[in-house]
Amino acid sequence: MEYVIEMLNIRKEFGNFVANDNITLQLKKGEIHALLGENGAGKTTLMNVLFGLYQPEQGEIRVKGKPVKISNPNIANDLGIGMVHQHFMLVDKFTVTENIILGKEITTGGRINLKKAEKEVRDISERYGLAVDPQAKISEISVGMQQRVEILKTLYRGAEILIFDEPTAVLTPQEIKELIQIMKTLIKEGKSIILITHKLREIMEVADRCTVIRKGKGIGTVNVSETNPNELANLMVGREVVFKTEKKEGIPKEDVLDVKDLVVKDARGIAVVNGLNLTVRAGEIVGIAGVDGNGQSEFIEAITGLRKAESGSIKLNDNELMGLTPRKITETGVGHIPQDRHKHGLVLNYPIAENMVLQTYYKKPFSKNGILNFKEIYSKAKKLIAEFDVRTPSEYALARALSGGNQQKAIIGREVDRNPDLLIAAQPTRGLDVGAIEFIHKRLIEQRDNGKAVLLVSFELDEIMNVSDRIAVIYEGRIVAVVNPKETTEQELGLLMAGSNRKEAGEGTHV
Amino acid sequence: MSKRLRNILTPLIAVVLGIIVGTIIMLVSGYDPVAAYTALWNGAFGDVYYTGEVIRQVTPYILAGLAVAFAFRVGLFNIGVEGQFIVGWLAAVWVGVSFDLPKIIHLPLAIIAAMVAGGIWAFIPGLLKARFRVHEVIVTIMMNYIALHSVNYIINNKLNQGSSKTGMIHDSASLRSPWLQEITTHSTLHWGIIIAIIGCVFMWFLLEKTTRGFELRAVGFNQDAAHYAGMSVNKNIILSMVISGCFAGVAGAMEGLGTFGYMAVQGGFTGVGFNGIAVALLGGNTAIGVFFAALLFGALKIGALSMPLEAGVPKELVDIIIALIVFFVASSYIIRIVLDRFGKKEVK
Ligand SMILES: Nc1ncnc2c1ncn2[C@@H]1O[C@H](COP(=O)(O)OP(=O)(O)OP(=O)(O)O)[C@@H](O)[C@H]1O
Ligand SMILES: [Mg+2]
Repeated sequence: MEYVIEMLNIRKEFGNFVANDNITLQLKKGEIHALLGENGAGKTTLMNVLFGLYQPEQGEIRVKGKPVKISNPNIANDLGIGMVHQHFMLVDKFTVTENIILGKEITTGGRINLKKAEKEVRDISERYGLAVDPQAKISEISVGMQQRVEILKTLYRGAEILIFDEPTAVLTPQEIKELIQIMKTLIKEGKSIILITHKLREIMEVADRCTVIRKGKGIGTVNVSETNPNELANLMVGREVVFKTEKKEGIPKEDVLDVKDLVVKDARGIAVVNGLNLTVRAGEIVGIAGVDGNGQSEFIEAITGLRKAESGSIKLNDNELMGLTPRKITETGVGHIPQDRHKHGLVLNYPIAENMVLQTYYKKPFSKNGILNFKEIYSKAKKLIAEFDVRTPSEYALARALSGGNQQKAIIGREVDRNPDLLIAAQPTRGLDVGAIEFIHKRLIEQRDNGKAVLLVSFELDEIMNVSDRIAVIYEGRIVAVVNPKETTEQELGLLMAGSNRKEAGEGTHV
Repeated sequence: MSKRLRNILTPLIAVVLGIIVGTIIMLVSGYDPVAAYTALWNGAFGDVYYTGEVIRQVTPYILAGLAVAFAFRVGLFNIGVEGQFIVGWLAAVWVGVSFDLPKIIHLPLAIIAAMVAGGIWAFIPGLLKARFRVHEVIVTIMMNYIALHSVNYIINNKLNQGSSKTGMIHDSASLRSPWLQEITTHSTLHWGIIIAIIGCVFMWFLLEKTTRGFELRAVGFNQDAAHYAGMSVNKNIILSMVISGCFAGVAGAMEGLGTFGYMAVQGGFTGVGFNGIAVALLGGNTAIGVFFAALLFGALKIGALSMPLEAGVPKELVDIIIALIVFFVASSYIIRIVLDRFGKKEVK
């Protein structure tokens, strides 16, 4: 059997912490090889070793049977290895082409030949069905497109082996479909792919084989055709996982959040929330379903005070929130799990413990008379880390050093623990493993059962259908329908999200 | 290699590299580096007199370094320390000459005046940044020129006591000490170093131990997250500039109340504020780092004065060495990579 990549008995340590412990991964030519493991299992670390960002303490890497030493990403590039990172590395102000040729410019007489580069980028883009506009600016294209630029970047550099680190975590369902198509095209053109994902469905759909790691150790490699999602989940977590969260019937009480005729403009001055009305009651979870870009983000930012609303009213337990500062809104009883954990959720250069008190540091017992009480802060953090199973070397570790999923768990722990009257959860399970998702869903439902209001925004229809008591469909900045998850279907929701009205959508499902 | 060790090693290696390249330059231009460095060392620590001079020189460097470092920790680049230093100097001297009060009131009053002057001078760029997102680098540079020329105007037209100088401050506002001068065989050493050390402790305590420091650092690292967490980004930006300016103003008071006892019309910038940038950079923007970096700069500056006489080396060469050290610190990225490689090998 011919392997293009063999990583044999790789060991990687961070200080005393072993992130990869004797992991073996062999990639066949022309296959899509999934890499599965819980948050913090060491997937990204292993791929960073392959890409030359980290040096392993032990183990051997072979490319096409030849032992190699990959001491930096340039060597990885030369060996035909390309990586699409969990967080993109693009220059916002540059065009697609400029980003792609960065570091590998085509020059004629010392000057960059942009024409030629553009043509080349367009050729590659067409060949693999990427449909990227070489002249567009990065800041003006969608996240999905940006990801394709990252893919193009690796192809432009002649990559034969592509590593995708959780590529679908940031994509909308439609974009995921397209990405899967792209990956299939890549394989047809003779590339080989390593795919990291937490979504078992995606593994079942595209992968040929799957290597599972658990807490840094290699568990084994299975043929996807001979397994099923349940077995994969059990292998990865080491116990039985339930996929559908059990929940009792909710007992909604008084209105907690009451939004009326809300208008919010985005950065370009366009009213992306345009006359939105919504109520969320105590003891219920309202899920917002919608295609990305229909005003979800701006709606949340308006409630939490991060963005100024133009008009309308936002009432929390009869207190008007409009015009209040984020601090006041937090104190009034709003918790917020933000969509972008790196931008809003964490100070990456703070220890994880200090991130746990990001909104409460000025209160007792975390400080007194303006002096921080580190003992209290760290013991609080320790408790939350244990309770929410945040896998971190210690509470002193910088937030930056945590795996993506564990950063997310830390934020969720912080927000849930504050026990707000209204908890806003925006894409709360993005990048989480199935075990963690199950846990988070339970906690959201627990909040509801304790008589709190929960507003859930998610692109995952599964999640919306599973967790919500009511589903509000958002379209072009308005709630166009409110449906009961028990009486609707994914198809109906899909149609509503696309803008067809209730009646048409309902009929659609009966056909 | 631990991060801490690396943070300490990086500036040390930069210093060593600066000295090595300085040696090469001296050899190439035909000077004797051994004699030169001996003269430099003796000129700084060879005698209590020189040591007194070094400490006196270090005092404003520490405070100017703190000023730059403090703003930097909140993500702001205060190039205006020079201007805040000049207005602080004038304010201290003005209070020093205009009033006649008991020392216990007069001295603190003069220092507070310097603080307020420096603080106001930095408040303006802070406000413009917070309100209109005007870049603080541009505003602070402009404020430096405004400071220089306004102060010269005031000295010439309001406080002139002949030969373009203010009068001497009253003894009750002076930081000078006959005792300190005596034990250092009549150097110009004064009590200011105590204030500089208090400044270091204050900065460390404020940033690391208080809720205010928690906010300031958070704003420095990630404004979006700070905003999300309910901190007022604008308030913290303005506050950090004001505190930075206060440090710079006090640095000016050290010259006005300690070293000189008066203020003369300035032909150009004093350079203290700009050296503060280098000190902060070398000291990694921490209070303790600034302290040691200022010590180095002060020693080099004073020691250099002996180099022309003792070793025949022009003192400009010391400026070149200082510049080289700053250069190597600024390129500490390279040193860091080398250290990382080195650290890896050790583990194996
Ligand atoms: N630079 C680092 N310093 C210290 N510890 C680190 C560093 N990078 C990762 N770790 C630790 O190594 C472990 C594995 O992290 P890694 O990012 O590989 O996880 P992952 O499997 O990709 O998880 P996720 O699915 O959440 O992205 C984590 O516990 C993390 O805290
Ligand atoms: Mg990861």
